[in-house]
Amino acid sequence: MKQTLIALVEDKPGVLNRIASLFRRRNFNIESLVVGKSETSGISRMTIVANEVDRRKRGNIYFNLLNLVNVVAVKDVSELACVTREFIFIKVQAGPDKLNELNQLVKKFGARIVDMGLDTVIIETADEKEVIDELVESLAPFNISEIMRTGKMSMRRGRTHKVSSEKINATAEEVNWQPEQIHTYHN
Amino acid sequence: MNERKLTGAEIIWECVVKEQVDVVFGYPGGAILPAYDALEKYRDKIHHVLVRHEQGATHMADGFARASGKVGVAMATSGPGATNMITGLATAMMDSVPIVCITGQVPSSVIGSDAFQEIDITGSTIPVTKHNYLVMDIHELADTIKEAFHVARSGRPGPVLVDIPKDIQNQSIDFQYPENEIDMPGVVNPPGATDEQINTLIHMIEAAERPFILAGHGIIMSEATGQVIQLSEQANIPIGTTLLGIGGVPASHPLVFGMMGMHGETWVNQAIQEADLLIACGMRFDDRVTGKLENYSPNSKKIHIEIDPAEINKNIHVELPIHGDLQTVLSQVNPLMKKQDNRSWLRRIDSWRKESKGKDIIHQDTEMLMGAHVIRKIWEGTKGDALIITDVGQHQMLEAQYYEHEDPRTLLTSGGLGTMGFSLPAGIGASFYEKDREIWIIVGDGSFQMTMTELGTAVQENRNINIAIINNGYLGMVRQWQEMFYEARYSETPILSPDYVKLAGAYGLEAFRVEELGDVIPTMRKAQKQSGPSLIEFVVEKHDMVYPMVPTGADLHEMIERPVKPSNGKLPSEKKESVL
Repeated sequence: MKQTLIALVEDKPGVLNRIASLFRRRNFNIESLVVGKSETSGISRMTIVANEVDRRKRGNIYFNLLNLVNVVAVKDVSELACVTREFIFIKVQAGPDKLNELNQLVKKFGARIVDMGLDTVIIETADEKEVIDELVESLAPFNISEIMRTGKMSMRRGRTHKVSSEKINATAEEVNWQPEQIHTYHN
Repeated sequence: MNERKLTGAEIIWECVVKEQVDVVFGYPGGAILPAYDALEKYRDKIHHVLVRHEQGATHMADGFARASGKVGVAMATSGPGATNMITGLATAMMDSVPIVCITGQVPSSVIGSDAFQEIDITGSTIPVTKHNYLVMDIHELADTIKEAFHVARSGRPGPVLVDIPKDIQNQSIDFQYPENEIDMPGVVNPPGATDEQINTLIHMIEAAERPFILAGHGIIMSEATGQVIQLSEQANIPIGTTLLGIGGVPASHPLVFGMMGMHGETWVNQAIQEADLLIACGMRFDDRVTGKLENYSPNSKKIHIEIDPAEINKNIHVELPIHGDLQTVLSQVNPLMKKQDNRSWLRRIDSWRKESKGKDIIHQDTEMLMGAHVIRKIWEGTKGDALIITDVGQHQMLEAQYYEHEDPRTLLTSGGLGTMGFSLPAGIGASFYEKDREIWIIVGDGSFQMTMTELGTAVQENRNINIAIINNGYLGMVRQWQEMFYEARYSETPILSPDYVKLAGAYGLEAFRVEELGDVIPTMRKAQKQSGPSLIEFVVEKHDMVYPMVPTGADLHEMIERPVKPSNGKLPSEKKESVL
């Protein structure tokens, strides 16, 4: 299973650069990274997927990330119950004659057609990775010309790990669970 | 209250003074001119040292920081001034040394336009700094510099760079120093050990028959000498040190057995391999310490007390990880530790030591002057009480083997990065803190030629330093590897030296050349009498090698020992009392 990390980072110039540099420097394999504003101003929330199965190396990735000064908190959610989504745009070459067939397929996947040109159609969906992979496979006969896809976003089910703007420090403790993490990784 | 109109340039110095910095190493240039102009107003509080190359400035700040435990400060201009700092930043990064480098940057309006002497130094130095800043708003300048010092010295220390565009230095604001406490959510102090961890640790020590303490640089940074010695004495646990751990525990202590690793003592490596418990204190299982990872101390359980959680379980799997400050954790452990009896284990290590000592070059007759003998004489001639700064290579390993350090912060050396050219500038930097101890810079002929330009700085600043060049006419350590692993093809390792006595003479210094063992101490006495810099060139045997050695990829106990030559018949003179 891949390693999924949720990180709260300060929204400052160069933060992405620092994270990318860390992964490259330490020879960690980053599979995807999604970042956007969080509920707190000045703090972004990231989902990072790393391609690492070894437990010890996973711990190393976790703590190196946490060591970055602009990273406020990190939670490894690889083995926790999460809602996960990826988003995709797919452009296929399809004239009016194929529309019916395409419509049915798209509906079956819960996706939508969002643009129709003379002989092109853009389909979008937000779903779990496996479903999106399957959709792409099913659309192959329609001659796919472009794919634009995000990485994985995850949110842990249940309890909220809220960042209150006044007390980011308290949140860091809440989200980090450092001692627990040390034991999880180290044993 | 206390609001004054100040320029960005003045704010830089205000902040530096607030951090109790009284010496800055630097080199002026276009983009940092406003700061240098403003320096005139702070002459009474700050001494500026004009270096000859910005790499020198970073090593000086580094040497100052290692000697003092305080933050060292270096300054340079944009572009080449800043890029020249990268080696020094990387050196400090690898050895966790707190320095702050302040660089000028082209005006903010032209950033990104490839302006004259523009380089993206914050982008360039991400991998070699703990953190760095580009200040784009004068209102954030003071907070940023304050933060930079805080980041440099907090947790596991490290280098921080602050890049300040020229226009920010020129702007003025109503200034009040930010007296508020620093609130950085991403910088947290490590916890101490939990009760459960302490109990497990004590239980593991009680259960062990062959425990061994690995003493690293963390002991010095955490000022945990007393705690480590107390643990060792209470539970009768022998100690070995890493290269950077030297001085962290007194070499003359009966439970301190010497350095571990590639050129460590055979008996220390043997003890590590046969131990059933390793207690790693503030060290990071570097490859120069472990040898082949798969067979490293195969039968031991391992405890790792370390301030940086990313170092725990990085190279070696440990049974008991403790994330925390070493002094704090050991202060929790020691009151609960009961006396242990490890006599037979200590006796075994001691017998290995006795056996190995007989093969030591120091006890062998040689016609030529040997590097090891020179270092031993320097130890004698300074009563083992000098501040030593070494460079990188054979002389560095010989120093580690033959100069016995009793106090923390008395050996400064580039361990992690192995930066040749470190010693002269680092020694100059250290001399601005260490005013009582004699300072000896021990350097090879290759290393010295990398940064000997800083002789000018040493003379201009009239530093009271002694430079001992161990000249064997080769890049000796590289030559050693060529001899051992490349069938003695000495590709580009013979190196010409200038006449060092004349070179020193060109700077107005009296210098000496020594070729006989008997002349070492008398010449040292002459150098010691001089005020200001002195230089001695020791012409040593060209082909000598550093033994013992663990070849890369070998197990730690598979050491190559010195081939035994006929001995002079005298028994090794043991300085130490036997352990038992």
